[in-house]
Amino acid sequence: MMTDLLGLSILELCYIGASITFILGLKMLSSPDKARKGNLIAGYGMGLAIIATILFKEELTADKWLNYTLILAGLIIGTVIGTRMALKVKMTAMPQMVSFFNGMGGACAAVISLVEFDHLRHGQETESGMLLVILLGLIIGSVSFSGSIVAYGKLEGKIGDKALPAGQFINIALLILLFGLAAWMVVVGCSEMSFIYALLFASLLYGVLFVMPIGGADMPVVISLLNSFTGMAAAFGGFLYGNQAMLTGGILVGSAGTILTVLMCTAMNRSLTNVIIGSFGGGSNSSSGKEGSHETVKEISVTDAAILLAYANKVSVVPGYGLAVAQAQHTVHNLEKILEEKGVELTYAIHPVAGRMPGHMNVLLAEADVPYPKLLEMEDANESMNSVDVVLVIGANDVVNPAAENDPNSPIFGMPIIKVWNAKNVIVLKRSMGKGYAGIENELFFHPKNRMLFGDAKDSLEKLIAEVKNL
Amino acid sequence: MEELLSLFYENREFIFLIITSVFLGIEVISNVPAVLHTPLMSGANAIHGVVIIGSIIIMLQADPSNYYALILGFLAVILGTLNVVGGFVVTNRMLEMFKKKSK
Repeated sequence: MMTDLLGLSILELCYIGASITFILGLKMLSSPDKARKGNLIAGYGMGLAIIATILFKEELTADKWLNYTLILAGLIIGTVIGTRMALKVKMTAMPQMVSFFNGMGGACAAVISLVEFDHLRHGQETESGMLLVILLGLIIGSVSFSGSIVAYGKLEGKIGDKALPAGQFINIALLILLFGLAAWMVVVGCSEMSFIYALLFASLLYGVLFVMPIGGADMPVVISLLNSFTGMAAAFGGFLYGNQAMLTGGILVGSAGTILTVLMCTAMNRSLTNVIIGSFGGGSNSSSGKEGSHETVKEISVTDAAILLAYANKVSVVPGYGLAVAQAQHTVHNLEKILEEKGVELTYAIHPVAGRMPGHMNVLLAEADVPYPKLLEMEDANESMNSVDVVLVIGANDVVNPAAENDPNSPIFGMPIIKVWNAKNVIVLKRSMGKGYAGIENELFFHPKNRMLFGDAKDSLEKLIAEVKNL
Repeated sequence: MEELLSLFYENREFIFLIITSVFLGIEVISNVPAVLHTPLMSGANAIHGVVIIGSIIIMLQADPSNYYALILGFLAVILGTLNVVGGFVVTNRMLEMFKKKSK
């Protein structure tokens, strides 16, 4: 057998190796051609760290057979369920899947804190420093767990947007209570299990109340924020065990996740504080100043739309969540190919938060083999909008809503949008006159340049393709 | 207070590591294009699954008769594995689409 020192040295080497793969992995995930490799490298590093921990952290002894059996059983159960879920999920449901797995990590951190609290109180004396780390891990892990599960439920459509009256005050009060209780426990050196359960319950409740009123365009920001929370919770765990792999992994994600959150907020012209404290898009009935009651919506027939498209020089497609729901990414790519055969120049205008997550549309269109240079970012698309003959809005709503520019009462006021009305014609493909995710009217539908083509996005696109072919 | 100070002193190397890692995390992703926001978030999500190591340590150190620690630790291992495995597999699925495009 090997000596303790050798085993522990191998363990630390593996942790260093894992930390390097995490850094490299994140770095490579930021560039398109290396991203997949980066993910795999980080995955291998993780596997290495897990195996090394099992083998070298403690001396293998026979009386702990139950412990080892349970570890292996847990790993197998988690792997089987996790792989199944990840492989079965549809592209449209990716964001909530990420949210769900994020919640699992948060729960893991919270459970670790529960066990370590119990461990600590059985020790000789309660060390306030360790207690602080344990409690912070518990709070952040639990908030991340319950928040992620609510976000998951919302994106699945199982949970609606509900804002409590005075919800902001309740949230702030609860937050103060949370940290007050934790601080008090650290100062007094509290070791009562009932208090940690109270803290656990309050944290879980805060997570629910925190995400519950947030709807609409803020959901990606929330998931990203909760993602960085779980990173921090993991880092507290690393601090607790003096474990470098957990520390680097957790903190990297904590800081990278925070920056990503800020990038998203900037893209939407929202402040992070408002996202955290304020509810957005939830109970926004007050803001629908002018309902389009007397204005009329113009419809367009498939044939007219096809003619308009086929004889255009430049067409711009603005995809949104509706495209994802209808699984119409391949159909839109076919339409693009047919129009190009007719000499039409077609590009896609991608709003950074179109869909339910930043980059959602890019992933979706990449799946359909749409060439990367055809995807224009919002700024570029807006610049060239004047020269576009026809804009085809497919299942997008809030990201093309002029209210973001000219209605200060609108909940999305200030959010950068794709200014489709600068083009010569706009055709909106939409299922019905229903509202978008933010739950507000869209004046664009009543705009003189706009015409609606009602129906399922995929259906309408297929009909358009057939018509264009016949021309 | 004194205990907090000693916590700081005893862990000064970790605190150093934390601060460096914070800046590293910011630096490493600062140039990410919008296309990769979703996969990056998903990949980062998988990486914080490293918290699973904590649950394994709990299981390794738990007394075989301490059922509270064993049961919760077992639960934590499952939760952590879900985060790690699910996270990496989902990210890989997203990125496969990018690969297909570049061939």
